[in-house]
Amino acid sequence: MDFKQEVINLLVEICQDDVVKENPDIDLFESGLLDSFGTVELLVQVEDRFGITVPITEFDRDTWNTPNNIAMQLADRK
Amino acid sequence: MTPYGSFTFFIIIAILLTPTIILGLMGKRFHTYNMVVTILALCLIFSSTHRQALALIIFTVWQVILIKVYIAYRKKANSTVVFYLAVIASILPLAVSKLLPYIVTTNLVGFLGISYLTFKGTQIVMETRDGLIKQDLPLHRLLYFILFFPTISSGPIDRYRRFDKDMDTEISGEQYKHFLYQGINKIFLGFLYKYIIGYAINHYFIAELGYITHSHFQMNLYYMYGYSMYLFFDFAGYSNFAIGVSYLMGIKSPENFNKPFISRNIKDFWNRWHITLSFWFRDYVFMRFVFTVTKKKWIKNRNVTSNLGYIVLFLLMGLWHGLEIQYILYGAYQAFLMVAYNTFERFNKKHKWWPQNKFTHVLSVIITFHFVCFGFYIFSGYFIKGV
Repeated sequence: MDFKQEVINLLVEICQDDVVKENPDIDLFESGLLDSFGTVELLVQVEDRFGITVPITEFDRDTWNTPNNIAMQLADRK
Repeated sequence: MTPYGSFTFFIIIAILLTPTIILGLMGKRFHTYNMVVTILALCLIFSSTHRQALALIIFTVWQVILIKVYIAYRKKANSTVVFYLAVIASILPLAVSKLLPYIVTTNLVGFLGISYLTFKGTQIVMETRDGLIKQDLPLHRLLYFILFFPTISSGPIDRYRRFDKDMDTEISGEQYKHFLYQGINKIFLGFLYKYIIGYAINHYFIAELGYITHSHFQMNLYYMYGYSMYLFFDFAGYSNFAIGVSYLMGIKSPENFNKPFISRNIKDFWNRWHITLSFWFRDYVFMRFVFTVTKKKWIKNRNVTSNLGYIVLFLLMGLWHGLEIQYILYGAYQAFLMVAYNTFERFNKKHKWWPQNKFTHVLSVIITFHFVCFGFYIFSGYFIKGV
């Protein structure tokens, strides 16, 4: 499974909604799928599963807004 | 002189910023001149109280040394204990200034804006710990960021990396026209909010409540709505002045309000009301707290973790406003609302009990509005002592 798919699967788990998979360009914050608590869960999981550390202050909601963008940002930090 | 408190202040600022505007329209760099303006404006603001001016200087020296030492340390090591000590040291002057009035009669530590400036210092320490601020910060920029006069008394609370980016952005004469237009627009919106609407609510409604109302209950009820409206227009008006003047100086200070009274729920409200404060607490308190608790597996249950995070956040926010009982009660009330809403949201996600349509949207806004106003009523202090 490629990295992007893994990230999207993780987001499905955290948001508890398959729409993340169906529409990977959906704005997770505007649609209410992800909030600050979900963001922290995501960052903890990203560290545990992929070994990528993203500081909370680095997570900017303007650039980390959609499943595709999050996957892209994480791929850059691999 | 109180910032934005009199016409004299606006006239002096207009004169001081005339060269800024001319340089801006010519597409020339003006930040060096703006730093000089900041020094002059600070002299003007603090000239009437030398004790406060001295407290501001000592505070700034303290923060700058702390930040410089911590950045130098962080290049070599990264101990958690040192980080916590640095955070405590950065909050120390504020804590002392809040506690001191209970012990001695003269407050030697406090000054106008200390609550807001503290956020800037602490934020730099935190971002240094996270590795986002790596290099030593140039002294003049650090000072300019901390002491930037348009936002000195009550925010909006800016962030170093954002501010720094604005400083490096080249602004052409054509682009500056937009800064100028938006800046002036915001300043005039500020006049409308603070000195027309806010003033009218206070003068013709709140001050006249004794004549308008006929019972104790009615008076308190009217006061609750009147005060909520006044608080918004007064503070949003001030914020517009601060942001507008920032724009004239080529700095896009972040917005502080986004139509807070049309919030759909309390979570939405905190994304719209005093935004730079609530985002500060969200990013530097709530998220860090939840991250540590989740990472170290101290608490298994996700609901308990997030609710505890909200309680910590809002109690701290209450304390930050002041140690008076009404602020602590206000914090506890907001924490309760967040926990209650969080529980409801989770319940509703499972059972789909509250449908989403136009009718429920309007109803949500009305319900949220009343809970919010009651919060401000607590905040005003009259909940405890009565109008």
